[in-house]
Amino acid sequence: MEYEIIVVGGGHAGCEAALASARMGHKTLLVTGNIKNIADMPCNPSIGGSAKGIVVREIDALGGEMGKNADKSLIQIKMLNSGKGPAVQALRAQVDKTVYPREMLKTLKSTENLTILEGLVKDILVRDSTVQGIVMEDDREISSLAVILTTGTYMNADILIGSERRRQGPHGEKPSNYLSDNLAKHGFEIKRLKTGTPPRIVKDSIDYSKAKREDGDMIYHTFSFETKPFYDINNQEPCYLIYTTDLTHKIIHENLNKSSMYGALDDVKGIGPRYCPSIEDKVVRFANKEKHQLFLEPESLYYDDIYIQGFSTSMPRDVQEKMVHSLPGLENAKILKYAYAIEYDSIYPTQLKQSLETKLINNLYSAGQINGTSGYEEAACQGLIAGINASLRLQGKEPLILKRDEAYIGVLIDDLVTKGIRDPYRLLTSRAEYRLLLRHDNADLRLREYGYKIGLINEKKYNQLLLKKEGIKQLISELKELKVVPAENDFLKRIGTKEVKDGISLYNLLKRPEVKIDFLIKRLKHDYSNAILEQVMIMIKYEGYINKALREAEKMLALENKKIPDDVNYDAMHNLASEARQKLKEVRPTSLGQALRISGVNPADISILMIYLKRDYHHE
Amino acid sequence: MNDTIAAISTAQGVGAISIIRVSGKEAIKIVSSIFSNSKFFNAPTHTIHYGYITFNNEKIDEVLVSLMRAPKTFTMEDVVEINAHGGITTTNKILELLLSAGCRLAEPGEFTKRAFLNGRIDLTEAEGIIDLINAKTDISREIALKQVNGKTSQMIKDLRSDLAAILANIEVNLNYPEYEDIEEMTTEKIKENMDILESKITKIINSSKNSELLKNGIKTVIIGRPNVGKSSLLNNLVGEEKAIVTEIQGTTRDSVEASLVIDNIILTLIDTAGIRRTSDVVESIGVEKSLKLINEADLVLFVLNYNEQITEEDKQIITKLEGKNYISIINKCDLPKKIDDSNIKNKIYVSAFKNINMDQIPLKIKEMFDLEQIETNDLSYLSSARSMAILKKVSLAIKEVRQGLSDGYSLDMIELDLKDIWNLLGEIIGENYEEELIDELFSRFCVGK
Repeated sequence: MEYEIIVVGGGHAGCEAALASARMGHKTLLVTGNIKNIADMPCNPSIGGSAKGIVVREIDALGGEMGKNADKSLIQIKMLNSGKGPAVQALRAQVDKTVYPREMLKTLKSTENLTILEGLVKDILVRDSTVQGIVMEDDREISSLAVILTTGTYMNADILIGSERRRQGPHGEKPSNYLSDNLAKHGFEIKRLKTGTPPRIVKDSIDYSKAKREDGDMIYHTFSFETKPFYDINNQEPCYLIYTTDLTHKIIHENLNKSSMYGALDDVKGIGPRYCPSIEDKVVRFANKEKHQLFLEPESLYYDDIYIQGFSTSMPRDVQEKMVHSLPGLENAKILKYAYAIEYDSIYPTQLKQSLETKLINNLYSAGQINGTSGYEEAACQGLIAGINASLRLQGKEPLILKRDEAYIGVLIDDLVTKGIRDPYRLLTSRAEYRLLLRHDNADLRLREYGYKIGLINEKKYNQLLLKKEGIKQLISELKELKVVPAENDFLKRIGTKEVKDGISLYNLLKRPEVKIDFLIKRLKHDYSNAILEQVMIMIKYEGYINKALREAEKMLALENKKIPDDVNYDAMHNLASEARQKLKEVRPTSLGQALRISGVNPADISILMIYLKRDYHHE
Repeated sequence: MNDTIAAISTAQGVGAISIIRVSGKEAIKIVSSIFSNSKFFNAPTHTIHYGYITFNNEKIDEVLVSLMRAPKTFTMEDVVEINAHGGITTTNKILELLLSAGCRLAEPGEFTKRAFLNGRIDLTEAEGIIDLINAKTDISREIALKQVNGKTSQMIKDLRSDLAAILANIEVNLNYPEYEDIEEMTTEKIKENMDILESKITKIINSSKNSELLKNGIKTVIIGRPNVGKSSLLNNLVGEEKAIVTEIQGTTRDSVEASLVIDNIILTLIDTAGIRRTSDVVESIGVEKSLKLINEADLVLFVLNYNEQITEEDKQIITKLEGKNYISIINKCDLPKKIDDSNIKNKIYVSAFKNINMDQIPLKIKEMFDLEQIETNDLSYLSSARSMAILKKVSLAIKEVRQGLSDGYSLDMIELDLKDIWNLLGEIIGENYEEELIDELFSRFCVGK
């Protein structure tokens, strides 16, 4: 056996998968079409954002790399929704597109057990329904115990610009021409998807006086729980906000039939993401909107590209020129790279188990855009989980499956394998039922323990977590014990809150919306880190809401703990509704909880399922 | 399996006693919360207890309650059976109280299903249950749709869609905070929406009550001073062609003694015994008794004499009628007018004796209870007990939203309660499509890179 684990693809999923498996002690090979494109960011130059920023923290808590790597390469950072509740705050950073891949490659190269190979993969080797390795396009075979597919948008990729269709990957890279056809031969259902990217403009050809400047926060942030800030708070790169004009809309309307998606190509099958519409989609679908918001985002300190967020299109180049020049401040802009749409093949995700192993072939895993998601963060977290689970499999251990009340990562994977997808999947806060539990601030408390158990978090970091937990406990008991008595009403007045007739504990005082924990620090017996103070304040202030979420999560857990055996025969359950039977056979849920989340399976079907399980398996 | 279920386990409306069965972990606790007997909660297993089912200190029914603690019960869970006095309205009211207190309405066959899953009964018996559940699969959606009439269901759909717009707005604010051209949802808008929601829900609850009235009869009392003609009014109303009088064996609780059907409306007459006996006894019903009867009734027929002045007694009654559903029937309108009725509301001039204008009475009743709008074939009280319980939960959730807003929580926190309301409303009309909100978000707002 040449390698224990082979990772096919070097994007955000591939890097996390390869690092996890190498760090967990397995001899790992990462195969990429082009070493220069390791951890490439072919679309927006940013990491994080609502929900996604929380995922980056979760990756970090489990021992993944994305957070640390983003910290090393960010050029602007903000806390989103800082004025709102704790559950929806998330970091978003502008990241330097040259530094991010460079730093990631450095990390990969310095990781033990990890080899990088340039080349394209055309097939997987399978024997007895178990993967045995890969076949390169030059027919060379490389054997392994497990394979993780992270092919991104490269399988049968076509770049679409106006009436042009070219077989190319992002930036005109070589696509993977054989792999998806071969996966289909192995029995996988392949789904065609589509996404797009906007034009890039020469930095100095833009008149910024017509745009509104948007700066980063003036307090330091890091994605990682471990890193100190690398950047200078006073020296962050700005973004700029502009709007489309009447002229832009006129040009789009006049040229609509030249867009690949509006008739210039008649063979577009890929389904594009709802949350990432092209500018022509926006203008057509929201016809009554006078203008659309666009952001000018710097791609790097080391080259000239400005990314026009919100302006992705599949118009031909000459129309793109006109469209760009119709934007305020971009009248004389020079286009460096034209926008394009890209069509690619993915594996329909209900063919995966919650561990991200395929149901069809043992020890074969897949992660990232190949599973029908979109976004660097969504890809990275799947890569991490696939890497962890492939390693655990080789170690003969149970897979790491995060539950919906434990992590956005759990929500994402459960959604994918249970509900499938219609269009490329993006995480949104509304997808999480228990988002109050899945906060940016408590990702370490939720997940670090798992990272430690699987060996991605070392003893030292784990001890820091234990200290933090201890600190939280101590602070809470101090706050419950310490009281403010009526004799101190002056103090209450001073901090702007109602006076008391009887004594009140600091804990209860903190429940008042106007009382901040900072006001009470001097009264505490011990010193606490800001992280602990923040954590405890959130726990107390939102206690009612948090407890409600915990109660609901507990109810879910009861159903989640009712397992459905692998070999259950849905065809034998005559009374199931036919739609439910078909869906249950497709998804093969592992628990009653998961079964209930399948659309088309209703509570009556679950009742029938319960009775059959009881009858045929006689287990509690 | 972890929740507590309840259902009426005797045939509806048949027999003098009906049994409501409750099973599950919380069965004893929930029943205790509506049962007057304080010894019940800690009582030994397999015992029977006497007392009242009460709601807001009002006695709903005099009952015997059997308590059976797990595991020696039919379902092998804690089981409580409430033996009530029959009568559809009372039994349903008790069920409704149980549902509001935390029970879930049992699905068909669910007690037996639990008995099987908990190992109490064997396979052959279980096969039957599968059929039962299966039958339910096909009609469950139909039931969900039928439990509210078309108009109410549309109203709930509209409420839900207003709420979805707010939820989508909040979500888009959270997920795309960088979009300056998208309006921020405001506290004021949510408050406004909650006001509308609350008033519409009150309306739905009232109209459901009216459906109930239509089905189970409007508790009606005829009052008035001596000699105003109550007996002749009743005699006219029960006249050969229009009316059927049904004797119901007296239950002492509410003195219901006769049902009267006029134009498909059931009037359940209270204390008609007096009226129907001799006229002497009728006329002897004093003001005090009248006032008490007003309290018990859904509808008061207040009879006055066209040919007489209003007395102090009348005035006392008029004050008491404020806020009640009542019709002032000014009888003997064929005689010369002596009454000063300028301060009397809801009046109809009739002559029961000469049969003048009597057809106005049922029309007025229909108008008063909004009965024209209710389609009789939509009614299914069982499911309406369930929706009533859900609507009560909605009312509670609205309170939580208001509390949250006044405590100054941010809108993303408030949204959690709003989502609960949205889900509850969906439960009533049987709609629960998870992607709905996300669809809403992207169809309403133009966002994305």
